[in-house]
Amino acid sequence: MNIDNYLYLSALLFTIGAVGVVVRRNAIVVFMCVELMLNAANLTLVTFSRINGTLDGQVVAFFTMVVAACEVVVGLAIIVTIYRSRRSASIDDASLLKR
Amino acid sequence: MIDFVSPTLEYALLAPMLIVLAGALIGVLIEAFAPRSARASSQLFITLATLAISLASLIRVRNSASTTAAMESVTFDGAGMLLQASILVISIIAVLLLADQENFTALASTLPGSDEERTSLQKDLRVTEIYPLTLFAVAGMLLFPLATDLITLFVALEMLSLPLYLLAGLSRRRRLMSQEAALKYFLLGAFSSAFFLMGVAYLYGYSASTTFAGIHAAVIGSTGNDIYLLLGIAFLSIGLLFKVGAVPFHAWSPDVYQGAPTAVTAFMAAATKVAAFGAMLRIFYVSFAEAYWQWRPALIAIALITMVFGSLVAIAQRDVKRMLAYSSIAHAGFLLSGVIALNKTGLDASIFYLFAYGVATVGAFGVVTLVRDSAGEVTDLNRWSGLGKRSPWVATAFAGFLLAFAGIPLTSGFIGKFSIFSAAYESGSTAILITGVLSSAIAAFFYIRVIVLMFFKDPVEDGTSVVIPSIYTQITIVVSAVVTFALGIYPTPLIDFIQSTASFLR
Repeated sequence: MNIDNYLYLSALLFTIGAVGVVVRRNAIVVFMCVELMLNAANLTLVTFSRINGTLDGQVVAFFTMVVAACEVVVGLAIIVTIYRSRRSASIDDASLLKR
Repeated sequence: MIDFVSPTLEYALLAPMLIVLAGALIGVLIEAFAPRSARASSQLFITLATLAISLASLIRVRNSASTTAAMESVTFDGAGMLLQASILVISIIAVLLLADQENFTALASTLPGSDEERTSLQKDLRVTEIYPLTLFAVAGMLLFPLATDLITLFVALEMLSLPLYLLAGLSRRRRLMSQEAALKYFLLGAFSSAFFLMGVAYLYGYSASTTFAGIHAAVIGSTGNDIYLLLGIAFLSIGLLFKVGAVPFHAWSPDVYQGAPTAVTAFMAAATKVAAFGAMLRIFYVSFAEAYWQWRPALIAIALITMVFGSLVAIAQRDVKRMLAYSSIAHAGFLLSGVIALNKTGLDASIFYLFAYGVATVGAFGVVTLVRDSAGEVTDLNRWSGLGKRSPWVATAFAGFLLAFAGIPLTSGFIGKFSIFSAAYESGSTAILITGVLSSAIAAFFYIRVIVLMFFKDPVEDGTSVVIPSIYTQITIVVSAVVTFALGIYPTPLIDFIQSTASFLR
């Protein structure tokens, strides 16, 4: 199978994630879309690692996983705090900061 | 089978960052084990001591500039050290603002308006996690402009961002707004770092290497597929431009500046800008310089839009923190012209500008923390009228910072703007020069309007007053004001020092 297809797949996943961030309204879903984008980047890295024949890309992918885990910790903490004070995780409800 | 080579770490060179990380860990331990009454003071002491020791250790290793450390993932060169020193100095004066614990929520986990929150405030059941969080962010900022490896760059970016997302949500008053700021900052920040990572992936695909030197070599040899280079630069730039708040990616900054506790805004606005522009300067000067025809036109367009948009929208703002946010967007545009200049003058000017702007920003937000009524800080500009008649010193200091932002002679801002625009002119970007000067003029209009408001309008009687600053806030404002005017009146020593020191090791 042509290895370029993995690049197309990851670009597609990245786009789905980016579109999701823009159109979805629930903070958790938005956050999941960001995670999808990060994992699309991981797939790109691993594919390039295979194409280039060096291991650096796979190492970056490991770092990304760790960083993504840290991001989940911080992100969920913030989202849960907002949910507790507003009873809603919709990012449209959070609109005090408009002028 | 290749033998495993154990990596070498140059501890002396990494010391400034390792010390800050160690200080942050000590802070976490204090938070867990020290008695509540001793926490705030010991945390402040540890934080300031850590930053001071880190600065001292940076000065100690200044002569070993132009060496790489930690398997070439970090490069110590003149420019990197100057940026690190700026970040440390700015952090020290910003931490003094954090010391005013009044502004932070006692327990971030309590619901706004709940009994629990009231009890925690009454009994002063205070947690002081802001200090270790700040130190973790500082460590990331110190690493960011020095990273010469895409992995290190990405980790540093996250290291500086994640604590800031949390800090933005810790305001004591208007807690819903503060939490909202944290949510926006986090979601948009995570979004932009996904772009950043995709950029890393494409640059790796282009050059088969994650080091800046490897990318540079691939650019010179044009060995890779140019599409990947273009995509890589574009995505990576989105991540970096988001952090500096340049225009299509600026949406978070007014909201976060307004919602976050003012002391945090001061730290974030000043230090993040130095770190992010430092990293941006390095990657564009070191790795992408020879491919300038691919990114320069786009970056010029972004710089122009950023300057004009920031200056124009700032005019319409009625809230002082939002006004400063849009002014910081305009300044991001001015600073981008230093990146575009791509010459030694541009580098020197950017470093000077970053330092001068950072110090003035901390000072300006320091003043904002002082203007209060019974419900907390007053940020509505209308209620600032006549401030100069009631508190001439505070108003004078604020006017000074605004004049520095506007770039009026005898302030550091003038020297910064003058040198950065001359660098842009030298590199042949006349459009930048003209737009820069014009938008500076627009910007001067609203800065001066605020000064007129403070000094020549009658005070409004609605309970707005300037609180007596604590000793820490006093130090911050006085130091910032002295630096701002000293650099405006006699900038030669610092400029000479930057000119002789600043360079990137390729």
